[in-house]
Amino acid sequence: MAQTLSTLAYLVASVLFILALRGLSNPETSRQGNLFGMVGMAIAVVATLLKPGMGAGGIVIVLAGLAIGGTIGTVLAQRIQMTSLPQLVAAFHSLVGMAAVFVAAAAFYAPESFGIGVPGNIKGASLVEMSLGLAIGAITFSGSVIAFAKLDGRMSGSPIIFKGQHMLNAALGALLLVLVIAFVITGSPVLFWLIAILSFALGFLLIIPIGGADMPVVVSMLNSYSGWAAAGIGFTIGNLLLIVTGALVGASGAILSYIMCKGMNRSIVNVLLGGFGGDGGAAAAGGGAGAADRAPVKAGSPEDAAYIMKNAQKIIIVPGYGMAVAQAQQVVREMADLLKKEGAEISYAIHPVAGRMPGHMNVLLAEANVPYDEVHELEEINAEFADADVAYVIGANDVTNPAAKTDKSSAIYGMPILDVERAKTVFFVKRGMASGYAGVENELFFRPNTMMLFGDAKKVTQQIVQSLQK
Amino acid sequence: MNAIDIANQASARAQEAMTLAEQARQLAIAGATAVAPVAAAAEPFLLLLTIFLLACFVGYHVVWNVTPALHSPLMGVTNAISSVIVVGAILATGLSDSIAAKIFGFLAVTLAAVNIFGGFMVTRRMLAMFKKKGS
Repeated sequence: MAQTLSTLAYLVASVLFILALRGLSNPETSRQGNLFGMVGMAIAVVATLLKPGMGAGGIVIVLAGLAIGGTIGTVLAQRIQMTSLPQLVAAFHSLVGMAAVFVAAAAFYAPESFGIGVPGNIKGASLVEMSLGLAIGAITFSGSVIAFAKLDGRMSGSPIIFKGQHMLNAALGALLLVLVIAFVITGSPVLFWLIAILSFALGFLLIIPIGGADMPVVVSMLNSYSGWAAAGIGFTIGNLLLIVTGALVGASGAILSYIMCKGMNRSIVNVLLGGFGGDGGAAAAGGGAGAADRAPVKAGSPEDAAYIMKNAQKIIIVPGYGMAVAQAQQVVREMADLLKKEGAEISYAIHPVAGRMPGHMNVLLAEANVPYDEVHELEEINAEFADADVAYVIGANDVTNPAAKTDKSSAIYGMPILDVERAKTVFFVKRGMASGYAGVENELFFRPNTMMLFGDAKKVTQQIVQSLQK
Repeated sequence: MNAIDIANQASARAQEAMTLAEQARQLAIAGATAVAPVAAAAEPFLLLLTIFLLACFVGYHVVWNVTPALHSPLMGVTNAISSVIVVGAILATGLSDSIAAKIFGFLAVTLAAVNIFGGFMVTRRMLAMFKKKGS
């Protein structure tokens, strides 16, 4: 009877998790969705604690773990700056991976708790599933640690490449497979830990060749892995809730990786093989030199920009990660407020890869009190540039480069871009003439309807705000 | 070659055929006995696999419906719910007398709890910022 009750509770929790994701289809229902998720998790935890056979000592240990972990998690979540969100998420992924490793170890040393055999004699099928959960968990852990270090600037974002790298990874992958087969046959604890160590090494080696600016894809992919790891553990211990949730998370991460790759017009294989780009702007040197032979660039002052925008009817702001780096979100919103008072219609255009993780730019703008119904995705807004008076590009470059549409030889050819060049006037707020992350020169800088506003994104926008206030 | 020889030969062939048939029968029985435990083990696995694949489809459709503006909160929520792995950790800690299982269970519960609380809290913070025009 009690078994039936806990199974029923797990079913309810699965449904609540699905509803939690469902809620995110709209900002209006999203808060309720998050609540569903919390309730589902609470039901799952309480139902497990009430299972027959739970020892009092074990329950105390669990509650202690929940209290310690819960406090740390809550403090981290309250303190984190929204610009550092990707790091936090990467760090969280690593914890799921490590937790999967520990649960696999617990199942290995106490298989009778899950009805999969006795120590030293675990069912073969369960060992297969256990090694899957273990390996994916370990790869998620070390991969996420590297992603965290790269995003947090604790290690260089440039790709780490050496000769024979892919051969080494392939060889280690093959070795991992051999170890798993040997483990399933013998059930040896030595092999269990060898699989763990090799998977840690593999996770590390798989992520180091990937450049800092490709991290949105990596973070999404590791999100997916953490789901597959949970599903693997679910198969090991025969728990439906883990399997269903793992599948949901796995699918979600896979879709986000796909969307990010499409936003850069790269294949997932191309991203994972790595070696592309370093930190944003690292490949700057070539662009400026080539620019010298071209038509002169028209540079303007913030006062000129303020004057033109004051008389504009429709203004589209195109924020890129550079805006977030300069912490200019607030002042951009102030500028937008002043322009709205002048009667202009303001909207924001977000490229899929504008931030450091999927949807990052939307959160940064929301934090600066920009209403979400003024913020539009690329497909929604691209047609509107044609009747915009001003496109205000701040901290973005490659995502506006028309070479992606016309120049087949360009590194960014085929990438979906925001058609800012169709606006009557285009302002580019930039520090200098440097190329973007892809190292490609942007011909828009030399167009007659473009005006460059050189300087720090925050300072330039502040000066525009001051001129508007006069 | 007379009729008796032919009859004898036919009888010998018939004997051989019978032995073969008996061997085949025994092989079939042996085969069935060997396959039975595998089939029995495959049965629950196939059930789990069915549920897993169906859940993948549900995830696929639900996630494509998520608005791109909320992709960061989506990662926050999926991050929190993937820590449902805590269920396995609790079972290991509570049901077993093994010290190793209790230690690993405790570590897993703690790590998963960081994620559960952190994931839901950070998502709540993010979602609280999304406001409509004029509100």
